[in-house]
Amino acid sequence: MPDLLLDVKGLETQFKTPDGIVHAVNGVSFGLKEGETLGVVGESGCGKSVTMLSVLGLIPSPPGKVVAGEAFYFGQDLLKMSKEEIRHVRGAQIAMVFQDPMTSLNPVLTVGLQLVEPLMLHLGMTRKQADARAVELLEMVGIPKAKDRLGDYPHQFSGGMRQRVMISMSLSCTPQIFIADEPTTALDVTIQAQIIDLVRRLRDELGMTIIWITHDLGVVANLAQRVMVMYGGYIIEEAPVKELYFNPSHPYTLGLLGSLPRLDEKGRHRLTSIDGVPPVLYEKPIHCPFSPRCKFAVEHCWKENPPLDDVTQGHRVACWVDTKTGRER
Amino acid sequence: MEKANTNILLHVENLVKHFPITKGILLQKQVGAVHAVDGVSFDIYQGETLGLVGESGCGKSTTGRTILQLYRPTSGTVNFDGVDLVALKGEELRRMRRKMQMIFQDPYASLNPRMTVGEIVGEPLVVHRVANQKEIQERVSNLLEVVGLNAGFANRYPHEFSGGQRQRIGVARSLALQPSFIVCDEPISALDVSIQAQVVNLLEDLQNQFNLTYLFIAHDLSMVRHISDRVAVMYLGIIIELADRDTLYLNPLHPYTQALLSAVPIADPIADSKRKRVILQGDVPSPVNPPSGCRFRTRCPIAESLCAESQPEFRELKPGHFVACHFAERFV
Repeated sequence: MPDLLLDVKGLETQFKTPDGIVHAVNGVSFGLKEGETLGVVGESGCGKSVTMLSVLGLIPSPPGKVVAGEAFYFGQDLLKMSKEEIRHVRGAQIAMVFQDPMTSLNPVLTVGLQLVEPLMLHLGMTRKQADARAVELLEMVGIPKAKDRLGDYPHQFSGGMRQRVMISMSLSCTPQIFIADEPTTALDVTIQAQIIDLVRRLRDELGMTIIWITHDLGVVANLAQRVMVMYGGYIIEEAPVKELYFNPSHPYTLGLLGSLPRLDEKGRHRLTSIDGVPPVLYEKPIHCPFSPRCKFAVEHCWKENPPLDDVTQGHRVACWVDTKTGRER
Repeated sequence: MEKANTNILLHVENLVKHFPITKGILLQKQVGAVHAVDGVSFDIYQGETLGLVGESGCGKSTTGRTILQLYRPTSGTVNFDGVDLVALKGEELRRMRRKMQMIFQDPYASLNPRMTVGEIVGEPLVVHRVANQKEIQERVSNLLEVVGLNAGFANRYPHEFSGGQRQRIGVARSLALQPSFIVCDEPISALDVSIQAQVVNLLEDLQNQFNLTYLFIAHDLSMVRHISDRVAVMYLGIIIELADRDTLYLNPLHPYTQALLSAVPIADPIADSKRKRVILQGDVPSPVNPPSGCRFRTRCPIAESLCAESQPEFRELKPGHFVACHFAERFV
C-alpha cells in the first residue's frame, strides 16, 4: 500500500535478562496512514512502548535487540539506518513524548535551553532565531508568560505544564508523526483533559499524524480513528474505533472492556474480571499467548498461535474462536 | 441493592490536619503549614462504602490516615462506634485499632520483603496477642483462602507474587483482626486494568461476607462510582460535595465536581463525543497558602467577588446532598 506513511512489518524485539531472553515484541505489523490518529492499547508489559521505541531506534542495546522486521518511512527502512541517519529522522520527522515529564527533562538545564537545542541541531537556526521560536512554541501549547519562563528549570513547572513543555519540544521541528507514550498517565484527570484538548487542537491546526499509546481504553475512545490492542507482544485486535468498542471480537478486548467500570454506569453490576496475570514471555509462545486466561479457549488455541486475520474490512483479530458463537472460526 | 442503613459507625467533625513547615537545623522554627485537611465533616454508615475522590494533593489520603489516628489531627473529632478516637492514647488506642484497618496503595512498598506471607498476614495477631502460634497458622491459611490465594503460599516471600496477588496479601492482613471498618487508600491504582477488576470484585465480596464498612479513597471516578454507596469530593483540604453516588454523578451541584466528571473519558466513542466538556484552567493552588474564601474560586468558571470574600458553608441543599458553593442553587 503506497499511501502508508509508516509501514511496520514483522517487528520482533528481545531483551536479554539474567532470567533469560524476554520476547517483548513478537512479530508486529501495522501501517499508519497520513493524518490519522492510531491508538495503541494494552497493559504494562504487552510491548506497546517497546514497539514504538524499536521503530525509532531507541531500544537500549544491550540488553535489547531488534531481531527482525522492517519499518518503512518514505521508502527507507528505519531499522537499517545508522545511528547518525536515524537521529535526523527522530525529533525532526518523528517525535515522541513520554509518560513521565520529570524524568524526560534534564533537571539541571533551563527549559529554554532544552527547547532551543533541537532547533539549532535539526533546523540550523541561530540562537536568536531559536529563542524566538521557543517562545512561539511555548505559547502554542498554552504556557502563560512564555518569554519569562524560558529561563526556568523543569522543577519550577507543575506536572501538567512540564508535559506541555515536552509536547512543545517534540513539535519544535514540526514532525510528521507524533508518538505519545502514555503522556497523561501521571497526571490528574482535569490536567489530562487539558492535555488531550491541546493535542486535539494541535492535530487539527498542524495536521499531525498521531500514535497514542495508553492503557486507558477511555482516553483513545474519543481521540483515535483506529485502535490496536496488544497482548504478550502481539497485536491481537485492530479496528476502526467504533467497530472496536461496539463490536469487540477478541476475548481479551472483551475482557478489558468488561473490567472497566463506566462513569455513566447505572445500577450495580459485577465487573467481569480476567483471571490470572499477563505473561512474561521467556520463549516465543507456540500457542496463543492469551489462552491461559481465556474463557473461550479450545484445543486449537493450545496448539497454534492464531494469525491476525481480517474478520471484516479493516477489522483484524488474532483468535481461533468466534466469540459471538463460541465456536471455532 | 441498597446496603446502607442509618447506623452511624464513624462520625467525623471539623477534622483539621496541618503539617508544619520548619526552617533552621537546630532551632526549628515553624514558618508555615501545609493545610492538608482543613475542616472536614462527614458520617459513614454501618455497612456502606463511602468513596472519597479528588486530585493528587487534595488531602484525601491524609483524611484517611488521620481518621485512623496514624496522624494525630490538629483539631476536630473522630467518633468511631461511640468512642472519641482523638482522646485515646497508648493501649486504649491500640485496642481500638483492631476494629479499623487499612489497605495501602502500593502493594510493593507495603509488604516487608524479608517476611514470609504467613508472617505478614499473621503479624496483627501477634502484635495484638489474640492467638497462639497454632491458631495463627490456622487463621493465616483461612485468610489466604478467603482472599483467593493458595494457603500453601504462607511460606513464600512477597517478591514471588504479582502486583494483584500482593494486594490480596495486603487485604488478608487487614482482615486478620476481623475489623468492622477498613480504609482502602487507592488499593487498585497501582494495578493493571484487568487486575483492578479482580481486586474490586474481591473487596465487594468481602464486604458482603463480613459486613465491612469501607472508606474507599481513589482518584478514578468511574471505579468510585462502581464501588461506593455515597461519594465525597475533596478539593484542597475540604469536602466540597457529598451525596449518594447516583445523585452526585447524575446531578453534581458543585462546579468542581461537574468539571471533574466531565474530564473523565468514557470507553465509548459515541457517548463520549456527545458529552459537554468543562476544561478547567490552571493547576490546583498550593495548600501552604490556599486562596481566600472559596478554595476553588481561582479555577471556577462561575466565580464572583463574593467567592473571594467568604468561604461557602458546607450545607445540605437537598436531603443527603451536601455542597459547599455559594451558587449551587443554580444547578438544582
